[in-house]
Amino acid sequence: MDIFNAIIQVLDSTIRLSVPLLLACLAGLYSERAGIFDIGLEGKMLVGAFAGAAAASVFHSAFIGLGMAILISVAFAMVHGFASITHRGNQIVSGVAINFVAAGSTIILGQAWFQQGGRTPALQPGERFEAIIWPGADAARQVPIIGPIYAELISGHSILVYFAFAMVPFTWWVLYRTRFGLRLRAVGENPAAVDTAGISVAWLRYRALMCTGILTGVAGAYLSMVQNGGFVKDMTAGKGYIALAALIFAKWKPVNAMFACLLFGFLDAASIRLQGTPLPIVGKVSVQFMQALPYILTVILLAGFIGKAIPPRAGGVPYVKER
Amino acid sequence: MAQATIEPAAIELIGINKSFGAVRANRDINLEIARGTIHGIVGENGAGKSTLMSILYGFYQADSGEIRVGGKPASIKTPNDAIALGIGMVHQHFMLVDNFTVLENIILGAESDALLKRSIAKARSELDRLEREYGLEVEPDAIIEELPVGLQQRVEILKALYRGAEILILDEPTGVLTPAEADHLFRILRQLKDQGKTVVLITHKLREIMAITDTVSVMRQGTMVATRETAKTTVEELAELMVGRRVLLRVEKGEAEAGGVKLAVKNLTVRDSRGVTMVDDISFDIRAGEIVGIAGVAGNGQSELLEAISGIRHAVSGSVMLDGKPIDLTGKADPGELRDRGLAHVPEDRHHVGLVLAFEENENSILGYHDDPRYLKGPFLNVDAIMADARDKIEKYDIRPGNPRLKTANFSGGNQQKIVLAREIEQDPGVLIVGQPTRGVDVGAIEFIHKRLIAMRDQGKAVLVVSVELDEIRSLSDRILVMFAGRIVGERGPEATEGELGLLMAGVEQEAAA
Amino acid sequence: MSTPYAKLPAWADYGLIPLINLSVAFIVAGFVVLLVGENPFRAAVILVEGAFGKGTGIAFTLFYATTFIFTGLSVAVAAHCGLFNIGTEGQAYIAGLGIAIVCLSFDSTLPWWLTFPLAIVASALVGALWALIPAYLQAKRGSHIVITTIMFNFIAASIMVYLLVGPLKPAGSQAPQTRNFLAGAELPKLNWIIELFGAKIRSAPLNICFLLALAMAFLVWLLIWRTRLGYEMRTYGHSPKAARYAGISETRIIITAMMISGALAGMMALNPVMGDQHNVAIDFVSGAGFVGIAVALMGRLHPVGIVLAAILFGMLYQGGAELAFEMPAISRDMIVIIQGLVILFAGALEHMFRPYIQALFASFSPRSVGMEAVKGKGA
Repeated sequence: MDIFNAIIQVLDSTIRLSVPLLLACLAGLYSERAGIFDIGLEGKMLVGAFAGAAAASVFHSAFIGLGMAILISVAFAMVHGFASITHRGNQIVSGVAINFVAAGSTIILGQAWFQQGGRTPALQPGERFEAIIWPGADAARQVPIIGPIYAELISGHSILVYFAFAMVPFTWWVLYRTRFGLRLRAVGENPAAVDTAGISVAWLRYRALMCTGILTGVAGAYLSMVQNGGFVKDMTAGKGYIALAALIFAKWKPVNAMFACLLFGFLDAASIRLQGTPLPIVGKVSVQFMQALPYILTVILLAGFIGKAIPPRAGGVPYVKER
Repeated sequence: MAQATIEPAAIELIGINKSFGAVRANRDINLEIARGTIHGIVGENGAGKSTLMSILYGFYQADSGEIRVGGKPASIKTPNDAIALGIGMVHQHFMLVDNFTVLENIILGAESDALLKRSIAKARSELDRLEREYGLEVEPDAIIEELPVGLQQRVEILKALYRGAEILILDEPTGVLTPAEADHLFRILRQLKDQGKTVVLITHKLREIMAITDTVSVMRQGTMVATRETAKTTVEELAELMVGRRVLLRVEKGEAEAGGVKLAVKNLTVRDSRGVTMVDDISFDIRAGEIVGIAGVAGNGQSELLEAISGIRHAVSGSVMLDGKPIDLTGKADPGELRDRGLAHVPEDRHHVGLVLAFEENENSILGYHDDPRYLKGPFLNVDAIMADARDKIEKYDIRPGNPRLKTANFSGGNQQKIVLAREIEQDPGVLIVGQPTRGVDVGAIEFIHKRLIAMRDQGKAVLVVSVELDEIRSLSDRILVMFAGRIVGERGPEATEGELGLLMAGVEQEAAA
Repeated sequence: MSTPYAKLPAWADYGLIPLINLSVAFIVAGFVVLLVGENPFRAAVILVEGAFGKGTGIAFTLFYATTFIFTGLSVAVAAHCGLFNIGTEGQAYIAGLGIAIVCLSFDSTLPWWLTFPLAIVASALVGALWALIPAYLQAKRGSHIVITTIMFNFIAASIMVYLLVGPLKPAGSQAPQTRNFLAGAELPKLNWIIELFGAKIRSAPLNICFLLALAMAFLVWLLIWRTRLGYEMRTYGHSPKAARYAGISETRIIITAMMISGALAGMMALNPVMGDQHNVAIDFVSGAGFVGIAVALMGRLHPVGIVLAAILFGMLYQGGAELAFEMPAISRDMIVIIQGLVILFAGALEHMFRPYIQALFASFSPRSVGMEAVKGKGA
C-alpha cells in the first residue's frame, strides 16, 4: 500500500508539473503550426506569471490576475509577430530578444513596484486559484485503489489544471475541425497556397500568435498563482524550452503533446521523489540525469533515431510574395 | 439595340503596362477573349505571358491599362477580387498543401462554414457533381503528396471550378505532365468549353496550341505581336512570330577545326527533387575546337544537364569522359574534382551559384579556385596575388567599375557575367560549359562575351553553350542540339533556320516522327 | 531577392542604421526606467560614471568585456557560416570542466604560465567537442541546430550540476563548487595597466584573459577574412549553392565552423574561472553566452565591432552594478532588458528603419541612393 501511495503521489505531482509544460507546448503548437518558430515561450510565460501575480495581488482577484497575465503575454506575442511577420525578421533572434526583455523587466518592475527583491507579495486566499474538491472526494478516499485515484489525481486541482487538459481536445478540434484550424495548418505548410486562395497570410499568423499568447499567459498564471503563491524571479526556469522540446517530441500534434508533457512532467516528479533513493536494478539514478532526459530524448528524436520529427514546412521562413 | 445580340468578351485587356524596375514585362497589351472559347497565349520564356495573367488574377497590379470582365470594367486588386469575378487560375507551381487531402485543399479559403464538417460535406457533393459534369475523377480523401502530378493538377482545376470560375487560366499546364496525362487534360478543357467556360492556356508548346485552342495570341518581349484564329494559322507562322526576325548579332568566326573528343557525356539521366525525370538518357560528344549549342525552351532539362555535368547535381545514371578518362556523375560527383580535371563551368544562375553577391569582386574572382596554390600562402589567402590577379582580369575583360574591392552586387549584370567568365576562362580549362551566357547582359557585353567564347574555341577548347536565346545559339554554335522534354530531339548545323529549330524546340518534329 | 532593399552609402549601412537601432533600444530602455519612477538621464550618467569614472570601474568593465568578446566571437564565427549557435552558453559552461581538470591536476605543481596554456587547450577542446554533436546532426541528419544547441545547453547544465554537487565537490563542503585553485592556476591581473594612467584600483578581476580575448579577436579576423577556411565559411554562409558550386563540402564546413565557435565559447570560461573566482562554481557563465548573441549582432559580426560592443556591454554590467547601488529601484537586471532590446532592434527588427532612411536620403539627393554613390566612392 505504501508503494501504491507513493505512485499516486508521484502521478499527482506529475500532473501538477505537466500543466505549465502542456499549456506552453500547446501555445507553441499554434504558432509553429502557422509557420512561426517561437523560442520565446519561456519569456511569454514569465511575463504572464509576473503580470498575473502582480495584478491579482493589487486588485485582490485571481481572475483579474489571469486576465492581466493573458493580456501582457499576448502583447509580447504581438511584438514577436511585428518583428517576424510584418518586418520579416529572424524568428529565432526575435524569440531570444523576447526572453531577455521578459527576464529583465519582470525583475526590475517587480522590485520597483513591490520592493521584495523581485518577488510579488504572497497571494492571499481569493487572489489565487484554489483547488476544486470534487463531490465525494473525501469520502471516496477510503475506497481502495479507485478512491485515492479519484481523490488525489482527478479531484483537488485548480481550475487551470482542468483548463489545460481541456485545451488538448479543444486544440485538436480547432486544428482539425474548424476553418481557422485548416487555414492555420495550411499557412504553416504552404503560405503561397493560402495567399492565392485569397486569405491574408499575415493576419492569419497574427491570430495564431494571439492563441500562443493566451496560452502562455495562462501557463504563467498557473506558475505564479497556483503552483506558487506569488511571482519569484526566473520562476519559469527553462520550462518554455522543455515545452519546445515536448512540442518537437510530439511532432507538433496536440494529443501527442499531452503525452510528451506528461512524460517530461513525470521525469521531473520522479527525479524529485527519487532523490537519493536507489532503484532496483539500475541503482541510484542521478536527479540531473532525470532532468536532462527530456532534452536528451528530444535530441535523439531530432537526429532521426526514433521516428522522424518533420516540422511544418514553412516554419521559420518569412513569407515573401513570389515575383 | 442591335448590339445586344453581340455577347461581350469574357475578358478584355486594354493598354496594359507593367514594369519591374527597369524591365518592362508588359507593354501596351491589348487582348480580347471571347466567351466559351479556348484561347492560347504563346511566347518564349520571359515574353511576359505569366506577368500578364498574374495581373488578371490580382497577384500584381498593372501600372496602367484597363481590365474588363464580361464587358464591365473590373478592378482586380487581390486574388479575391479575381475569384469573385469568376476568374480561376491553375499555377505552374501548384498552390496546394501537400499533406492535406484533396477536399481540404479544395475548400481552403472557400469554406462555407466555420466548421469543417459542413464545409466538407458541401464540397463533397459539389465535387461529385463537378466530377460527373467534367470527367474530373479524383479521390476526395487522398493526400495530395501521394497523388501523381496529373491528378494534383486536376485538384487545382477543381479548386477553381469549386469557386465558381467561369474563366480558367492555366499557366504552362503540361510542363509536368506525361503525353497521356496531357491528352487527358485537353479532353477536360474541351469539356469545360462545351459547358460554356472560357479557358486561357499559356504555353510555349505549339503542338498544344494547334491541338486545342480556338484562337491564339503570340507574345514577344513584353508585347502582343499577333492574334490568329488557330484554324487559319500554321505552326510555322506561329514559330516565326514567337521567335521573331531579330537582327542577328553575327559574330566574326572562321571555320571550326574540330579535333578529338574532349568531353563525352554518356547515358545521363537526372531526376529533380520530386522524382520527375528531367534529363532522359542523354549522350553526346564535344570535340576540341568546336562550340556545341543546346537550344530549347527553358524547363526542358537543360539546367539539370549542366548541373549534372558540372557535378553540382547528382545524376541517377551516367558519366562523362573528360580527355578520355571517365568520371562517374552519380553519387560522389564533386564540382571540385571536375574543375581540377579541366572542366570550367559558367552557371546559369550567377546571382546564387556563380557568384556570392555579398563578396568583393576579388573574392569572387577565385570562387571555386580558392584552393589553387597560386592564391594561397599556406592556410592563408595570398591577398596580394588575389588582388593582382583580379586587377589583371578586370583589365583583360574590361570589367567596370575597375575596383576589385567593390561589392559584387554593385556591378551591372554584364559586368557580373564578365567576372564569372574571366574567372573560368583564365584558368585555361580544356572544356568550358556555359549556361545562358548573356542572360540579363547589356548589348555591349554580349558581343564581348561571344568573342571570348569563340576565342576559346579557336584555342582548341571544347565549349558547350546552353541558351534559350535562339539567335545566340545560332550565331555561336558549330553544331546545335535541340532539347525537348529531357531528350535531345535533333541535331542541326549552324545554317538551320529559326523555323526549323523552333519546331524542334516545340516538340513538333518529335511528335511527327513518333 | 538577396538584397530586397536599395543601396545606401556604406557609412549609412554600417554606421547610421546600427546607431539608430541602438538608440531606439536605449530609448525604450529609458521608458522602462521612467516606468520604475527614476530619471533615465540621471541613470545614464550614473551608469557611465560607474563604468569609466574610476580605475576600478574601468577594470571591471574590461573584465566583463573580456567574457563578452569570447562569446560574441563564438556567435559571430558560426554566423559567418550561416549557423545560429545559440549553444555558446552551454559550450562555455561545460568547458569549465576541462579547466577544472587541468587546474585541479596541476595547480600545486606547475606555475600559472604552464597551467594557463594547458587550460586554454582544455577549454577550447571541450567547448569544441560540445559543439561537434549538434554540428554533426545538422550536417548529416538535418537536425535544426538552433534546437539542438538549446537542448545541449540544458544537458551541459545538468552534467555540470551533477559534477559540482558530486564528484568535483570537496568532501565536507556545502557549496556546489570545486575546491579553490592554488596559485598555480591563478592568472595574473592586468590592473597595473590602468594604474599606469594614474588611476587607483582597489581589487578588480581584470586579468590576462583580456589580452587573450583581444588576440582571439585578431585571430578571428584573420580566420574569417584572410584564410581559405574563412573564405569557405563565408561562401557557405552567404550561399550554400555557391559553396556547392565551388566544391566546398557542406559537412566539413559546418562541423569546422561550429567547432571553432565552440572552442571560442569554451575559452570564455577561463576569464571568470581562472581569472576571478579561482574555482568552478554552479552557473558561473550566468548568461554570458546569450549576451554574446547581442554583442555579435551589434558588432555586425566583425571582430572590431564585437570588441566595441563587448566593452559597451561590459560598461552596462559594471555601470549597472553602480546604478543598482545609487537607484535601489533599478537592479542589474536592467542590463538584461537592454540586452533583449538590442537583440530585438539590432537583430530581428534590423531593417525596420531602413525604408525611412532611404526615403530621407532620396529626398536629399536622389543620386546618393543606389549605384551612383557606390561608383563615385569606388573611383
